[in-house]
Amino acid sequence: MEFLNDVLVQPFADMAAAPDFLLQVLWEGLVGGVLYALIALGFVLIYKSSRIFNFAQGIMVVFAALTLVGLYEKGVPALLALPLTLAVMLVLAMTIERVVLRPLVNQPDIILFMATIGITLFLIGFGELIFGGENKVMITEQLFIPTGSIVFEPFGGFVSIEEKDLTAVIGAMVLVAALLVFLNKSKIGRAIRALGDDHQAALSVGISLSTIWVIVWFIAGVIALATGIVWGARAGVSFALEVIAFKALPVLMLGGLESVMGAIIGGLAIGILEKLFEIYWGQPLLGGNTEAWFAYMLALLVLLFRPQGLFGEKIIERV
Amino acid sequence: MFYRTAGQFKSSYEADHALFPVRQDAILLGVILVFAFIVFPVTASEFTFRALLIPVLIYSLAALGLNILTGYAGQLSLGTGAFMGVGAYACYKLVSIFPEMNIVVAIAMSGFFSAAIGVLFGLPSLRIKGFYLAIATLAAQFFLVWLFQKWAWLYNYNASGAIQVPNIDMFGITVAGPRATAMTQYYFVLCVVCVITVFAINITRGRIGRMWKAVRDMDIAAELVGINLMHTKLMAFFVSSYVVGIAGALFVFMWRGAAEANLFDIPLSFRVLFIAIIGGLGSILGNFLGAILIVALPVIIGSVPQAFGIPVDSAMVEHLNIMIIGALIIAFLIIEPHGLARFWAMIREKFILWPFPH
Repeated sequence: MEFLNDVLVQPFADMAAAPDFLLQVLWEGLVGGVLYALIALGFVLIYKSSRIFNFAQGIMVVFAALTLVGLYEKGVPALLALPLTLAVMLVLAMTIERVVLRPLVNQPDIILFMATIGITLFLIGFGELIFGGENKVMITEQLFIPTGSIVFEPFGGFVSIEEKDLTAVIGAMVLVAALLVFLNKSKIGRAIRALGDDHQAALSVGISLSTIWVIVWFIAGVIALATGIVWGARAGVSFALEVIAFKALPVLMLGGLESVMGAIIGGLAIGILEKLFEIYWGQPLLGGNTEAWFAYMLALLVLLFRPQGLFGEKIIERV
Repeated sequence: MFYRTAGQFKSSYEADHALFPVRQDAILLGVILVFAFIVFPVTASEFTFRALLIPVLIYSLAALGLNILTGYAGQLSLGTGAFMGVGAYACYKLVSIFPEMNIVVAIAMSGFFSAAIGVLFGLPSLRIKGFYLAIATLAAQFFLVWLFQKWAWLYNYNASGAIQVPNIDMFGITVAGPRATAMTQYYFVLCVVCVITVFAINITRGRIGRMWKAVRDMDIAAELVGINLMHTKLMAFFVSSYVVGIAGALFVFMWRGAAEANLFDIPLSFRVLFIAIIGGLGSILGNFLGAILIVALPVIIGSVPQAFGIPVDSAMVEHLNIMIIGALIIAFLIIEPHGLARFWAMIREKFILWPFPH
């Protein structure tokens, strides 16, 4: 009984007793979820257009952020460093397409997945060689991101919202909206979706595979830069950021590999739920740090009932 | 030339199904075994044992376990490191609860623990496929490593949170712990690896192995010809995790001597996966070739600048190392996606036909 009380009653009693704290936790979870969703979005774009499970998205986030900060430290003005970083991401996208993807067309999924792990290792070594392995501070103020915090006092309590988190959430929303418009309304966006539906049909109506791949990897690079700025502003820029790639995987699985909406909703859901679980169940009952695996267990549970994820395309098997 | 198969006639099915239908294969293997059992131990230094020979064998064994699951049964796993951890922690607990137990028995038993956990996390494979299944194994990876950290009983409530291998004797010789010599540990590992490799070769070319391959190639078709998917997949998870668990026990007891939970984290899993894929999925030989490449490469890269007298600081060597390994993985995948084992098969084919081109 004691145990059931601890698991089923006490957490909710805690939530009701301190609603302001609950709000704070929810906000933190939401911000985390937005970041997961952004990374997952990069994955989904690449998966949709080329069926590549791009493990390198996490390191691209680090690489973009490092380039930005590194350029600034070399004396380039912040507002010039931003377009320069975008140019670097474009070059990276073209190099990856030319050197890695083109020779590996038509290989099994696992080979391409391994190749992206190879890219990850290469970029880790390359980035550390150029920028050094130490932790860097994101140039938040130079990019005109506000750094204060807003304090609310609901229910007679106290909730503090950092302005940079708020900027991150708004920025992410704008980015996602722009991306959805781009994918659904523009000619290139339609080409990307056509490639996702059927490679050969898309090729036969004259869509260039290699151009689209460069574009898609570049967009993933832009998303990576946005993620890098936001996350770097919260936690500093270092190679430890790379592990957030592992956070994005369960988000993808929960949402479904092909679905942009799924990535967003999955990201938000996992961000909030893992925070709630950690605060109200993980720390009192399990010794904390449950965020390491909670998202995976949740995704696993969902997959058992919906093997294609919440929003994925139904898997139809033909013999 | 060396590999002329002309004149080797088979007059019975048994001879045709023998382990070595071509006589030269057996001779070649014999030569390699002579090297492994006699030449290397005589010539190798302590450093060579610790940095090359023992890790190559242990990583080969882990990759062999993964290859049974991924290469033969077609179930992608990214949680190998955690299953190695289960084997290591199980062995540690067995040794500390029953100190009189023979170390061979303890290692053999610890495999069953990782096999049980492997089957548990393999259950979702009945519904989930491909990359979605990789998530199930990643769930195992993260959850188990977390458990190794939080469950103090596993490491006997050590203040450091690490497991330390005690001195363990077998027939009067110390085989594990700080007092054991590298050569005894090498022989121990070599014997275990040989036994398990023979077992793996036979299980993969027999009825069970053919069932695995059928499931890998197309599971619906396999089901239609009467293969029980549940048994087959779970058996693959069982055998694979058993081998991986034993590799994990050897990893800590015969090589590292001590281990913390984060040793079994995702980089270890990826390392084993690299070995299996670069070596060649669906082959036994490939695991050994891949392990030699992945283990030996950093050692060689590290020693090249010294050999030429170029002063390079160790941080830079490490960065270069990561970079070169990444580039090599991509290069190998592009040149030969089927791995080093296929490479050897092609060379062997050329030898057999030599001097004719076809």
